[in-house]
Amino acid sequence: MNRASLKVNGQTHEVDADPQCPLLYVLRDNLAMNNPRFGCGLGQCGACTVLMDGRAVRSCTLPLARAAGKEIVTLEGLSTGDKAHPVQAAFIEEQTFQCGYCLNGWVLTTKALLDQNTHPSDSEIRTALQSLICRCGSHVGILSAVRRAAESIKGSV
Amino acid sequence: MTPRRVSRRDFVKESGGLIIGFSLVNSAILPRLLAADGSTSVATPSPARLDSWLRLGKDGTIRVFTGKPEIGMGVETAFKQIVAEELNVMPNQVEITMGDTALTMDQGGVGGSTSIMMGAKPLRNAAANARYLLAQLAANRLGVSADQLEVKNGIVSVQGDPTKNVSYADLVGGTDLNDALKVTGEGFSLNVEGPGKPKDPSQYTIVGHSIPRVDIAPKVMGRWQYVVDVRVPGMVHARVIRPSGVGATLVRVDDAAAKQIPGYQQTVVKGNFVGVVAANEWAAVQAAKAVKVTWTAPKQIFPDQNDLYKQMRATAPKASKETLKHGDADAAIASAAKKIEARYEFPFQSHATMGPGCAVADVHLDGVTTVWSGGQKPHDLQKGFAELLRVDRDKVRVIWVEDAGSYGRPGFEDAAADAVILSQAIGKPVRVQWMRHDMHAWGPKGPAVLCDMSAGVSASGEVTGVKFTSIAFSGGEILFRPDAAGNYLGGQLTGIPNTTGVDEFAQWGSNAPPYSFPNILAMAHVVPAFYDVSSPLRTTHLRDPEGPATSFAVECFMDELAVAAALDPIEFRIQHIEEKRAHAVLRAAAEKAGWDSRPSPKKGAAGGDVVSGRGVALGTRNGTYVGTIAEVEVNRKTGVVRVTRFVCVHDCGLIINPEAIRTTVAANLIQSMSRTLHEEVTFDRNNVTSVDWRSYPISRAFDIPEQVNIVLIDHPEIPPTGAGEPSSRPTPAAIANAVFDATGVRIRRGPLTPGRVKAALLKQQT
Repeated sequence: MNRASLKVNGQTHEVDADPQCPLLYVLRDNLAMNNPRFGCGLGQCGACTVLMDGRAVRSCTLPLARAAGKEIVTLEGLSTGDKAHPVQAAFIEEQTFQCGYCLNGWVLTTKALLDQNTHPSDSEIRTALQSLICRCGSHVGILSAVRRAAESIKGSV
Repeated sequence: MTPRRVSRRDFVKESGGLIIGFSLVNSAILPRLLAADGSTSVATPSPARLDSWLRLGKDGTIRVFTGKPEIGMGVETAFKQIVAEELNVMPNQVEITMGDTALTMDQGGVGGSTSIMMGAKPLRNAAANARYLLAQLAANRLGVSADQLEVKNGIVSVQGDPTKNVSYADLVGGTDLNDALKVTGEGFSLNVEGPGKPKDPSQYTIVGHSIPRVDIAPKVMGRWQYVVDVRVPGMVHARVIRPSGVGATLVRVDDAAAKQIPGYQQTVVKGNFVGVVAANEWAAVQAAKAVKVTWTAPKQIFPDQNDLYKQMRATAPKASKETLKHGDADAAIASAAKKIEARYEFPFQSHATMGPGCAVADVHLDGVTTVWSGGQKPHDLQKGFAELLRVDRDKVRVIWVEDAGSYGRPGFEDAAADAVILSQAIGKPVRVQWMRHDMHAWGPKGPAVLCDMSAGVSASGEVTGVKFTSIAFSGGEILFRPDAAGNYLGGQLTGIPNTTGVDEFAQWGSNAPPYSFPNILAMAHVVPAFYDVSSPLRTTHLRDPEGPATSFAVECFMDELAVAAALDPIEFRIQHIEEKRAHAVLRAAAEKAGWDSRPSPKKGAAGGDVVSGRGVALGTRNGTYVGTIAEVEVNRKTGVVRVTRFVCVHDCGLIINPEAIRTTVAANLIQSMSRTLHEEVTFDRNNVTSVDWRSYPISRAFDIPEQVNIVLIDHPEIPPTGAGEPSSRPTPAAIANAVFDATGVRIRRGPLTPGRVKAALLKQQT
């Protein structure tokens, strides 16, 4: 085991874990941060998505060693207290999901997209989301939520 | 630690009939609830008492107990609306406890889109009876007769004199009342009745209106707990190792390399069951790879996948059933001027749940057991795990905690059985998380189904007879009620014989006899499984069991008959069905879509690689009617089919929450589109080879139609039927009919992959 310093949602944590251990297990098992969820362990679905220095990454295949020293944001770190981030507000407004197990990927990838591009075209939205899986088929609401979030962010800047 | 368990009494500090306070903790998540009296019985409460169903808190909260869990379609919200309606309170005053065998009645769990249709009935009646009793109490308190009272937001007041009032909460701790209820039915049909009668739907003010689903905001805000988040003190982590192929048996296990992994604890072996236990997840994942397991050679039991349907046709059925007969279809077809025949085939499909299956089990030496699982049927799991552990059912408590959307029996039940087996073996609470390949390869499958259709057509184009013959693997080889030890994968691997399956048919005419012809015959055959013990191709319920597959055949064949009659496919359907609600969904879909009434295929299509078309299909299921229109583009060069628009008209009787139905129908359309275009379990002679999201692709962002139009028809006068799965049923045929309309080529084998479509188009040209 090695001690590593991990900055999650603005707080620094000292964790004692194998540097090769995927970030997902460190977040869940060492820090009890439940939102990134195990979906495939292969980086194929996005249920484990977190933001690392503003980019959406798959924590199930990202070794702890590569996350140390970076700014990690998980779903619970997106809101300010009880105030939903505009992306979260849009997904709630659209009543987007069925089971919601996959939603870390959709919400955080949308956040990363809109941080880079406040006026994404339909094709740019789909490109950004193409590598994510939702087994329930909630995509219609997801695409509406992304457009709503873009409108809302556009309106506020 | 001495095993101590909660008794129902501990939840309820003040007893005395209905009107009691409660101090419920979040029982679903708290790992261990301590019983003051040392009782170890966690028996399911009696449905014959109102307080088993509903309790009133001193803060005015209504706590409802139901054996129907939420599986992601919004029933919790609908239950709140139904109960709030009967009690004249706000929906947010109602809290629901779901699927805990120690706290909720056995309502058969979730299945068959029945949670609102059947499962809400006793909740509605219990709430009506609570209102009746509360009115009596309030009448005593206020010195008037009960019929002079009215209730608004939980405040009971005298009609015409609102200053005379008392709140429900103030009635807590009141006189002990007779709260006995008359019980009828069991499982899905469990119902209760008493003197209090539910409202007439014409009086509804809460039911029928959209309110936000109670779970969506907390889920999006990251404040929801799923079964993967359950943590129990002293809990260890486990992974399972499955046989190298079907029929392979264990030779030896060598864990020398695993012992080098920090945190590794032990490997549990029981028959052909192998599980690896470690102090943390990462160690368990690594150890499961490091443990060397030697198996006998697999038995090459599966056929070459290319021969699947040929082999199904050549296999003697183990069971056969006539599901519909009117007149003499064989004679009518034999003597017809023209005979039309078509063979439709639909593959094994996987539940492929978003989370691969996870459970926590805590088995004590005396057999007292708690299991946290996202399986749809907690009370059946309780029975099955009691059998697995050979203990009395009342010693086992199964606590449902939401998992990823299950859509049938995906393997969450098997993951929970794995946890039970491992916890019993090592005497600690065990959390099992399946890896992705465990779900995709070893989860139960939706059965492959083939349907042979034939019809006779007269010289004038009239259909004289139709015959449907299905050959399928059983939809219940693995029970949709998971209540037997020999039915779990882990149970079978430990050596418990699989004697539990049932013959479930791919039927036409049972829950949905939609069309009338002068002569009609529907036969269904079930063929035996390739291998009946711990097979990765064991079959069970997957959303709308056998519905999409049989509808694919019947609704495409209806189009073939419409082509033969040179009629528009909607007009042809309406001519052959009497039910007005079927007409209504088809007509409304045509209107919404701007349907161009004409026979298929489309004439004079423009040149170029991409051609477009539209198709329709009708879905009927246990009283729900669905009319779906798909508009598609087909790339003739690549074979890629893309749905550009869905129109879906949905009639499930009384609507509880329109917005929640709308999102569930939209998700049904996309998921069933995915099953139509992409999904097929692949296998070689020994194994399932579709083991992840690359080898078992499903629909993604670019597949999603530009337009999805959902029209809900509300019939408040008709009791609600179901909305969980009926709109999955017509999709495959609607898409395949649209592909025919676009190309003139009929594709009768699912899924409509680019390769298959391209091959069919090339064949057309030659």
